[in-house]
Amino acid sequence: MRDELLALIEKNSRMGLDELAVLLGVNETEAAEELVKLEQEGIICGYHTLINWDKTSIEKVTALIEVKVTPQRGQGFDRIAERIYNYPEVKSVYLISGGYDLLVTLEEKTLKEIASFVSDKLSTLDSVLSTATHFILKKYKDHGTVFDKKREDEREIITP
Amino acid sequence: MTKPLSEAVESLKPSGIRKFFDLVSEMKDAISLGVGEPDFDTPWHIRDEGIFALEKGKTFYTSNAGLKELREEICNYLKRRQNVSYNPNKEVLVTVGGSEAIDIGLRALVNPGDEVIIPQPSYVSYEPCAVLAGAKPVIIDLKAENEFRLTADELKAAITDKTKVLILPFPNNPTGAIMERKDLEDIAKIIKENDIYVMSDEIYAELTYKNEHVSIASLDGMKERTILINGFSKAYAMTGWRLGYACAPENIIKQMTKIHQFAIMCAPTTSQYAAVEALKNGDDDVKMMKTAYNQRRRFLINAFKEMNLECFEPFGAFYVFPCIKEFGMTSEEFATRFLEEEKIAVVPGNAFGESGEGFVRISYAYSIDSLKIALKRLKNFVDRLRKS
Repeated sequence: MRDELLALIEKNSRMGLDELAVLLGVNETEAAEELVKLEQEGIICGYHTLINWDKTSIEKVTALIEVKVTPQRGQGFDRIAERIYNYPEVKSVYLISGGYDLLVTLEEKTLKEIASFVSDKLSTLDSVLSTATHFILKKYKDHGTVFDKKREDEREIITP
Repeated sequence: MTKPLSEAVESLKPSGIRKFFDLVSEMKDAISLGVGEPDFDTPWHIRDEGIFALEKGKTFYTSNAGLKELREEICNYLKRRQNVSYNPNKEVLVTVGGSEAIDIGLRALVNPGDEVIIPQPSYVSYEPCAVLAGAKPVIIDLKAENEFRLTADELKAAITDKTKVLILPFPNNPTGAIMERKDLEDIAKIIKENDIYVMSDEIYAELTYKNEHVSIASLDGMKERTILINGFSKAYAMTGWRLGYACAPENIIKQMTKIHQFAIMCAPTTSQYAAVEALKNGDDDVKMMKTAYNQRRRFLINAFKEMNLECFEPFGAFYVFPCIKEFGMTSEEFATRFLEEEKIAVVPGNAFGESGEGFVRISYAYSIDSLKIALKRLKNFVDRLRKS
């Protein structure tokens, strides 16, 4: 049940317990208990909403920043990652294999704010060796969902 | 021209679904639950392989039997999933959908006057194909109290000394019924005793929600008398690619290949390349779709229970077949009124044979959100009928 439950609420976190239970073929108590367990185990970490901000009047600029750092003795990358993710404007931090170490997603209202974050806060951290900032121009697909595409049912109405 | 057309063809009744289709087409904003094909797009990696085949200029005929690589993959698949072994060089024919395999399989098997046993409710083309092949269809009316499975007694009662073939349509369209190993063993005994052939249409084999599907060809002594039909339409959401296959003993495939060669030449080449990819790397897609179908199936069965609508729990395909006898209407009357009053299209059960009278077929090849709307309207309709 666990895998199927996770797949369902990853797609739709608003699905009610009653519906979850029916779709999974279990009773509501079982579904509720499993959800609580998943939360306690830190497997479910939040219930978010996927928003296409481009369609709102709210201005947002998102940047992907590649960061090269010097890992610290005894703590590897964790310490420097924490230094970075503590900033609320940082939306995600991933440790990456390959040409650089950390991939940081940053969300601000203006380009200028991003620039100042990178130059004033990020680059000045002791273990940060270099940064490369990329701005997101358009989001086509996020979290497995394609933005701006209505799927029409093109099947014949009745087929044997 | 005044000369008459073919009597055999003119005598065929048009598909019962067609009539209803015309009615639904006039209704602009109807929600349909009447579709017999997956709502999923063909998985992208499979489509991509088709595109790649086109780009590389693979636009010629293949051999009559189909691409060798595809036949080999079909055999690997059947060994892996159904535990039956076929020789890719002699015992496999790639066809234009499972439908072609039904047609040419019957034509390869029967002589005029031979009887073909067809359990109903079932897919609409068995009976006309049997008639066109010159056979006499013998119908078995499957029963709701048996969950629309075929029983040994029913089969025994239908067999005569003219019986040539039994068509075995499980998992079943329109009822969603399945035949489990025990059910198959019971009828296999009678089939062997009476020395008849089986045409096993297993196009929904991947879509079972209880135990894994068992092919009758995998039972002892059955492979040598069975034409196993399967295809890509339902499992891989590839209906428009028109690709299926038949597996059978060499002597039968040889005759079927003759008809196929003269009537069709070969199945579409692009589709064949895409199908190789489906069989090689498509297991996860099948699993994902099957999980989604199963959730919708549970959703529908639960909704029927809540509105007290009689329906056995089907474990196959993507159909439910609720009983509407309590409303004192024929299936067609029910479906027509439901369409007119609530704008939902379901298929009258009698389109699949007389024994489907008193039932309607509801497809769950739709998103949960569409099913929710449709079920709400079904509840309104049922409540209204019960009050009046």
